[in-house]
Amino acid sequence: MFSDYISTVDWSRAQFAMTAIYHWLFVPLTLGLSVLVAIMETAYVRTGDAFWRRTTKFWMRLFGINFAIGVATGIILEFEFGTNWSNYSHFVGDIFGAPLAIEGIMAFFMESTFIAVMFFGWGKVSRKAHLAATWLTAAGANLSAWWILVANAWMQHPAGCSFNLETVRNEMTSFTEVAFSPVAVNKFCHTATSSFTLAALFVVGVSAWYLLRRREEPMARRSIAVASAFGLVAALFTASTGDRSGAIVARVQPMKLAAMEALYVGEEGAPLTVLGIPRAQPVNGELVRYKIDIPKMLSLMSFRDPDAYVPGIRDLVAGNPERGIPSVAEKMERGRAAIDTLAAYRTARDAGDRAAEERIAALFDASTPQGAEFLDRNFSCLGYGYLERPEQVVPNVPLLFWSFRTMVGAGTLFILILAAMWWFNRRGTLTEKRWFLWTAVWCIPLAYLASQAGWVVAEVGRQPWAIQDLMPVGVAASKMPSGSVATTFFLFLALFTALLVAEVSIMLRQIKIGPEKE
Amino acid sequence: MHRHLRDIVRFYVDGFREMTVGRTLWAIILVKLFILFAVLKLFFFRDPLRGTDRPGHVLECLTETDR
Repeated sequence: MFSDYISTVDWSRAQFAMTAIYHWLFVPLTLGLSVLVAIMETAYVRTGDAFWRRTTKFWMRLFGINFAIGVATGIILEFEFGTNWSNYSHFVGDIFGAPLAIEGIMAFFMESTFIAVMFFGWGKVSRKAHLAATWLTAAGANLSAWWILVANAWMQHPAGCSFNLETVRNEMTSFTEVAFSPVAVNKFCHTATSSFTLAALFVVGVSAWYLLRRREEPMARRSIAVASAFGLVAALFTASTGDRSGAIVARVQPMKLAAMEALYVGEEGAPLTVLGIPRAQPVNGELVRYKIDIPKMLSLMSFRDPDAYVPGIRDLVAGNPERGIPSVAEKMERGRAAIDTLAAYRTARDAGDRAAEERIAALFDASTPQGAEFLDRNFSCLGYGYLERPEQVVPNVPLLFWSFRTMVGAGTLFILILAAMWWFNRRGTLTEKRWFLWTAVWCIPLAYLASQAGWVVAEVGRQPWAIQDLMPVGVAASKMPSGSVATTFFLFLALFTALLVAEVSIMLRQIKIGPEKE
Repeated sequence: MHRHLRDIVRFYVDGFREMTVGRTLWAIILVKLFILFAVLKLFFFRDPLRGTDRPGHVLECLTETDR
């Protein structure tokens, strides 16, 4: 049955990936530009200088375009959970749905309430009230992101839940564990700061274009001063939270880390690969050719110990008893025992055998020694029971390898560029460096590429899991004909492409028009 | 109370009236929302588990495997 739905699963994955990628073209600019606009308006309120009012209104207009075109594009992803991933939605909807609902009720309404005051309130409410509305819009946008990322983090590292056999649903047992798990907190900090960096690069890049055209020089230079300082701080935080993210992934998703590094055989004092060419199959235990690496750095970054052992793909698939790592084959056996228990419950339920139902239900009671052992040993490996081969737990290594290096390489470049931009602007030599201004302009698409690459690392890296260790994508998907998913894939592709074309064309036109005369 | 309500309505009416780029954006937003909720939601986003015994269906999916 699992293999019968592979094509549906592939279409569903492609559709989700496509909608998520398009949605993420709009979101990071909203998150970061809202904060930058609030900082600029703060400068206006503090100084009373009309220059800052005009500058704020210009960037607010670009923020408004991005917000208006991007708003509600995430709703399609929520629809897809119900249609394409209905088994998943039923299995964990009680947990996964909570942060999404909070996002809708609290953050989204907060954002959309204050955005009206932000756009319509100039001259109608006091300066301070308007500034408060702008900051609250920024806070609302980022709060929305928080709850969505809590939901995503839970899929990567399920916590704070228990399984209800009768309803076949996982239920939340600890809101705190779900909302404030280290994975969620770090994921939000990394995503938010990287979005701030992207928005800063957008402001710097657009301002650089004005300087290249010798237009709006005062606005461009002061925007660069604010955005480059803000972006530099954000980029440094992004690097710091990225480092923390690596350490968390090493503990909760070791296969993702091994695949990102194309580390086939685990070792103590593992090096960090800076560059190289990954291949699909290992040769002499090595997955990377022409490798340039930094000795011991991967161990240091993953476990804060230069001599720590980092497991490789082979260790995680075949197991390494010396290091206490069970093989995937062993986990598959444990998972199959859990599936057999569920099947026995189903048979008992269909036959109306209450005694058998109660006996099996006792296995899912964590308060009994027998239940605790079953849940820990077998149910925690449920997802492995659906795999056909141990190698299925290995994600796409070359894609992860390159995506990770694109994200980190671009992030490092952004730190250097934003620092240099701030410095040259401060010295007043920026307008002479036309090549550097062009570099800043080209950093805008590079920032989007790096941001998308980060999501590829996060999402491709956790394959084959919809929920880490509990449910592979093949089981999570709805039983439906692949043709209907393929049809909607192309519908969404057309809709999102139209929105993107509208966004880019309106944005470019407004940038060419420039700030309004006051 | 009535005055406050009138002020709020006027705030929005004036805001929309004074929009320049906003009119194009509102056209895009309305078309987009129409496509999302009137076309996609009604015709394409149907609940695949509607009318079924959901726990039973999901339990079946979880236990019927090829292994």
